[in-house]
Amino acid sequence: MSSSEVGKEGVRGERPGREAQIGKGLRGRGRRRGGRGEKAMVPEAEFTSYYGKPILNPPVWKSLDIAGYFFLGGLAGAGSVLAAGAQLTGRTAAARALKISSLAAIGGSTAALVHDLGRPERFYNMLRVMKPTSPMSVGSWLLAAYGPAAGAAAALEVTGLLPRLGRAATAGAAVLGPAVAAYTAVLAADTAVPAWHEAHRELPFVFVGSAAAAAAGMALVAAPVRENAPMRTAAVFGAGLELAAAAVLERRAGLAAEPYRRGRAGAYMRAGEVLSAAGTAGCVLLGGRSRAAAALSGAALLASSACTRFGVFHAGVQSAEDPKYTVVPQRERLAARGPGPTREP
Amino acid sequence: MGFFTDTSVCIGCKACEVACKEWNAVPEDGLEFTGMSYDNTQGLGADTWRHVAFIEQSKPIGQNETGVDHGAADQGAAAGAGGMRWLMASDVCKHCTHAACLDVCPTGSLFRTEFGTVVVQEDICNGCGYCVPACPYGVIDQRKGDGRAWKCTLCYDRIGVGQEPACAKACPTDSIQFGPLDELRERAAMRVDQLHGLGVEDARLYGQDPDDGVGGDGAFFLLLDEPEVYGLPPDPVVTTRDLPSMWRHAGVAAAALLGGLATVFAAHGREGGAR
Ligand code: SF4
Ligand code: SF4
Repeated sequence: MSSSEVGKEGVRGERPGREAQIGKGLRGRGRRRGGRGEKAMVPEAEFTSYYGKPILNPPVWKSLDIAGYFFLGGLAGAGSVLAAGAQLTGRTAAARALKISSLAAIGGSTAALVHDLGRPERFYNMLRVMKPTSPMSVGSWLLAAYGPAAGAAAALEVTGLLPRLGRAATAGAAVLGPAVAAYTAVLAADTAVPAWHEAHRELPFVFVGSAAAAAAGMALVAAPVRENAPMRTAAVFGAGLELAAAAVLERRAGLAAEPYRRGRAGAYMRAGEVLSAAGTAGCVLLGGRSRAAAALSGAALLASSACTRFGVFHAGVQSAEDPKYTVVPQRERLAARGPGPTREP
Repeated sequence: MGFFTDTSVCIGCKACEVACKEWNAVPEDGLEFTGMSYDNTQGLGADTWRHVAFIEQSKPIGQNETGVDHGAADQGAAAGAGGMRWLMASDVCKHCTHAACLDVCPTGSLFRTEFGTVVVQEDICNGCGYCVPACPYGVIDQRKGDGRAWKCTLCYDRIGVGQEPACAKACPTDSIQFGPLDELRERAAMRVDQLHGLGVEDARLYGQDPDDGVGGDGAFFLLLDEPEVYGLPPDPVVTTRDLPSMWRHAGVAAAALLGGLATVFAAHGREGGAR
């Protein structure tokens, strides 16, 4: 044993969450030391890393801005669909409230996005190009189309001017709204961040489900009881879709799903589930009778949607910060492929 | 054009790190004692465009044995007493053939040069930070207090006037070699064969294969251990490879939202109607 071992031990000791060892290949390694008291959801991760340092550079996005952006974008998008539905079926108070909330939410989400830029004064560079390979570019253009439609729908509703144009704007926002709610999932998934990328099939469904629940929640808060029957059904639909998609995600994404159950991300995800269950149950059981119960359930649904977005955001950050989530799945992929070009004899 | 970094001859002098900082006027980013062997830069980032990794292992290299005359100095990385060895490797942006950073950049500030390299145009970057989590190698990063993304330019300004990049120029052992990629690949293959012949069975190339997940790297490496030992991903894939599937799933999800909510209203009918 050379003295350099001390250095290695010291480094390992400094990072208690790490089992990574320097310079020991995967093959022929013993079992990982136990005693961490955590029940492994997935096979034991055996891997090597460079002093436990992350392989990826974690997102530099601020959680409040970007998770907030996801939440508000979903609220706005699904809200526009509900507004159109409410208007078509003669639920005028709900329609008006949802149009206003969609405008406010899309305004807030755009502000959050611009605020997060390192150089917000250069936002206009976003509209220099149109790149389908960049979900952020697609999103910018989507917002450029949806924002004015949602704005016109709200403004014409409030002022009562140009009713025909108002209906067209409402319809336009309702068609673009789902895209606004869904594309943010692609925005997150189109990265090397394991918890996001591996979830790219399920994440859009988690996001639109969560968006529907949030918008239904907003309607329950803002609209009178006599108009909220479809909103309660929409809440059940949204919460159910979100829950089902999240369950599939956790099963399919393998090791990359682990961060969704751990640490801050796990806490947010669990809070989201509890609030979602409470909100849905509350509005189904009492929302048709009591205005207060409807509003309370609606608030729980809104909070649940926000928690889910924060949970997804932090799961991504956690998975980027631990090299395990990068190395182990890639190793497994290589092993499944058999001896490849990087494994020359 | 690209880099071939032969880590088996790297002596860890960090001349490349210094030359890069000097030439590109990259700001100082803190001198820390990290306890990670002789590594005080830790990894690639906005202000570290070349990073020399130091790995201490109790593993002999090739046919080396303690106390034996190392006549074959060619065997590269030094084998010290007790079968302990140091691996050193100068890491850099890989200038991927399919570069995720470039694909996701919403402003077009990241672009591919006439040399096939990937460069950020600093006056157009708006600091959205999307390229940072998109890079499967953890290379590009946002500079604090500046907001923009920075990384190795493969000395775009130097190669434009026929000079080799500062790091390659400064490297005293030719661990960093610059040139046309196919020439470098040929040379690299020969070097691997040579090392295998010397009994350095662990020698392997990393990032040289144009059929890998990123379409091959413009900067590839000869490594003496698994990539993750050096902090490199074992099987990186450009994230946009799955983008068509992502858009498809998002499209279906958006349609499900629209259709689902439409069904809800259809089922409930007009206010005061059914149910
Ligand atoms: S290594 Fe990362 S930063 Fe460099 S070209 Fe590839 S994706 Fe871009
Ligand atoms: S090519 Fe230039 S910028 Fe890139 S690492 Fe070498 S010296 Fe630094």
